[in-house]
Amino acid sequence: MSDTHAHAIASDAHASGPLQFHLTHEHHSENGTLLGFWMYLMSDCLIFACLFAVYGVLGRSYAGGPSGADVFELPLVALNTSMLLLSSITYGFGILEMQRNRLRPMLVWLGITGLFGLAFLSLEMYEFLHLIHEGNGPQRSAFLSSFFTLVGTHGLHVTFGIVWLITLMVQTGKLGLTTENKRRLMCLSMFWHFLDVVWIGVFTFVYLMGVLK
Amino acid sequence: MSTHTDLIPQEGHPDNHGHNHHDTGAGHSTLKGYMTGFILSVILTAIPFWIVMSGGLHTSGMTALVILAFAAVQIVVHMIYFLHMNSKSEGGWTLLALIFTIVLVVITLSGSIWVMYHLNHNMMPSMMEQQMQNMP
Repeated sequence: MSDTHAHAIASDAHASGPLQFHLTHEHHSENGTLLGFWMYLMSDCLIFACLFAVYGVLGRSYAGGPSGADVFELPLVALNTSMLLLSSITYGFGILEMQRNRLRPMLVWLGITGLFGLAFLSLEMYEFLHLIHEGNGPQRSAFLSSFFTLVGTHGLHVTFGIVWLITLMVQTGKLGLTTENKRRLMCLSMFWHFLDVVWIGVFTFVYLMGVLK
Repeated sequence: MSTHTDLIPQEGHPDNHGHNHHDTGAGHSTLKGYMTGFILSVILTAIPFWIVMSGGLHTSGMTALVILAFAAVQIVVHMIYFLHMNSKSEGGWTLLALIFTIVLVVITLSGSIWVMYHLNHNMMPSMMEQQMQNMP
């Protein structure tokens, strides 16, 4: 397919002489995958923007139910935030080991990252179950619906991030630090740090501002 | 399609360091960079939590503005030190995509909140009556 395509282009260019509507030597970025993955992250960012907008609109519609100040426990959120922040820096350490081509230490750092990620998820699950147990589930008010949707979507992203992390750990363990695996690790790095960026928005816009007033 | 044929010579030499760096790294990560980013984000996270947990500033509006400013700075810190954003990566396309996304995010957020806030106010019963009277 690519051969015939290239051939067609070549013969075409030959026949038409100076008249060319395409570059004969296209410039390909070395990191097409990373740019593509960045585009995915940006579209994911728009999903979160919509959920933030929903929360911004509905976040004060309590329907006679509890407000943010009633249900949010800031010490728990602070602990959660530190878990995610620590997982970010440990993933960074993993990337540093990857650049030095040291497989074992990198796997250890990735494992620690995964554990911090699991700790974050457990704390979030505890918070959610606690809220639902007290009758403040997503069906209680528009505020809680939008809260569960936004924070839950972020949590779902972290869950899939951990699944991806474990997959990559198995894969690099078997195949070693090949170019492909390094590229995959860089993609997950972007994904993981991106989730941390979204969490900055969540703890500021949802938790801290929800407790105010 | 032709991307594959172009990439094969590079991917054939995973041990070649010169190629390796170009294939994998969006910017070269350094320990110093990660630590700077981490320490800055710890500070930028701790201060807003401390402000809110210690009762906030004079007015809640003021507090909200301050913690939003901290969040904005921290997002920039993460972008630079963790996501290695700069104007050169991928020939500037990542930055361009990011700026485009930020514009869309700002329109989505400010637009929704602005419109729905006014909608809520205009839906108040007294306003409805007034508008009915003003109607031609």
